[in-house]
Amino acid sequence: MKKITRRSFLAVCGAAAAAAALTACGGSASSAAASSVASTASSAAASTASGSLSGNVATGGSTSMKNVIAALTEGFAEVEPGVTVSYDPTGSGAGITGATDKTLDIGLSSRGLKDEEKNDVDGTVIALDGIAIIVNKASKVEDLTVDKLKQMFTGEITNWADVGGDDGEIVLIGREAGSGTRDGFESIVDVKDSCKYAQELTATGAVISAVEANPLAIGYASLSAVGDTVKMVTVGGVECSEETVKDGSYEVQRPFVFVTNKSVTLSEQAQAFFDFATSTDAADLIRTAGAVPVNE
Amino acid sequence: MKQNKSFLKKIELPRTPAEWLEAVMNFLFFLCGMLAVGCVILISVYMIASGMPAIRKIGLFRFLFGTEWASTAADPKYGILPFILSSVYGTLGATLIGVPVGLLTAVFLSKAAGPRVRTVVVTAIELLSGIPSVVFGLLGMQVLVPAVAKAFGKASGACLLSAIVVLAIMILPSIVSVSVTALNAVPPEYEQGSLALGATDTETWFKISVPAAKSGIAAGIVLGIGRAIGEAMAVMMVAGNSPNMPDSLFRSVTFLTTAIAKEMSYASGLQKQALFSIALVLFVFIMGINVVLNVILKGGDRDAR
Repeated sequence: MKKITRRSFLAVCGAAAAAAALTACGGSASSAAASSVASTASSAAASTASGSLSGNVATGGSTSMKNVIAALTEGFAEVEPGVTVSYDPTGSGAGITGATDKTLDIGLSSRGLKDEEKNDVDGTVIALDGIAIIVNKASKVEDLTVDKLKQMFTGEITNWADVGGDDGEIVLIGREAGSGTRDGFESIVDVKDSCKYAQELTATGAVISAVEANPLAIGYASLSAVGDTVKMVTVGGVECSEETVKDGSYEVQRPFVFVTNKSVTLSEQAQAFFDFATSTDAADLIRTAGAVPVNE
Repeated sequence: MKQNKSFLKKIELPRTPAEWLEAVMNFLFFLCGMLAVGCVILISVYMIASGMPAIRKIGLFRFLFGTEWASTAADPKYGILPFILSSVYGTLGATLIGVPVGLLTAVFLSKAAGPRVRTVVVTAIELLSGIPSVVFGLLGMQVLVPAVAKAFGKASGACLLSAIVVLAIMILPSIVSVSVTALNAVPPEYEQGSLALGATDTETWFKISVPAAKSGIAAGIVLGIGRAIGEAMAVMMVAGNSPNMPDSLFRSVTFLTTAIAKEMSYASGLQKQALFSIALVLFVFIMGINVVLNVILKGGDRDAR
């Protein structure tokens, strides 16, 4: 027993030493790369320094962007295996704050930046997200307009019969105050802070399962998260799909934004990740994650 | 002079290794004890320090008695009366259902049940107290909420009533286990005396045993109330979470706990500070409940003597 412990201890020591040596090498390589490309255009950084970077890129913010970031991180690992991308799902507000107070390299926001936020940070749209309007599968309603949605969510229309469904009280299911999806939906439909929700839930999945469980329910969720357990209604005759979101004909949509601080130059690895995410290579990754890429 | 000497003697260093060990261990135990005390002090200070700014900004009266909560509106409103009332109504409702059921269960277990039945029921209740609140919430969401909607012909069953039912079940174990202990501790002479005077079993239990154990039973109830008012997860999953005034059992409501839990992840600025203030209010409530509990337990001691 004692022998084994000693041996494993030595092995751990050896591994630690090797790792230390490797990180040291990686570190110097990245700083060398940094000095060599610092003067060149930032967009070129990703291609010239390919495969030679290391370090960490701290991202965080919008929970809705989880899938997109996960896909981008995976794809980026193939280009720059030495770089780790961390992601802290704290919400769009926290993402923007993180970029503003420089605790994050790249903040993530699933809403456009407000004017007062633009003083400190820049926003770059990397993808679009359609917000699907979902109803129970048993519902007869196929199509709604933004105006009808507005009347329904503010409580002017309370019966499904008024919008072409069976008689029954409309059950509004939404997200909690501060959620990016709620903010997105409410600002697009212009029902900000006047929604008469029957339920406020704290996750997209919870909204979908609540709508699935109640035949009188209507809710909203990211296009990417909606499966076939619920029915998506068309808005103004336009189906919620990637094409309609991208060409702008589907009205209920929002941007996924990379937020960067104006007063800081991104670290080499963060810039590389940023460039990767906005490159055409990332389009397919973004699509597999359920969002609609803007750069193709 | 003499005092000085004895003081010096006290801090004399230990000599033998055994004495050293003793001293070190003593210090370690002292540290462990202080850890708990330190945590309480730290939490209290932190709650007050982080809860006060928003109250000062909003105004105590407008905060506690404002009837509208719209934390992310362009013109934000931070009135938490709906949350306070929902929490109070929810807890009272749960107590109204939980106490009779819990008390009768306790009397049954302590006095009437045969040993085999007792083992089974006690095990079941212990298991009930060990079930995580998220499981209660899950069952509530999947089973209770649709059932409430169906039974009362409502469009949505996520409401105050569902929360009350879930909380009532959740507080049962505390009420039952504490009450059983109290009932078991009633001196058998009391009951024998009552029976000898010709009272029936039922009369004896409810007129002699229960009154004799009342402070213990009250402690169980207060513990249950404490659990109900502090519960967040299960309530969040069944109560609907809209910041409405609880003017009907079928209204979608937000409790103090759920108000914090649902908005914390996205909150910033004054909204976040206000959430801390809600936590402070909740903290005051729970402190109050603990004081009541202590008073009851002390009163019980005096009765026993």
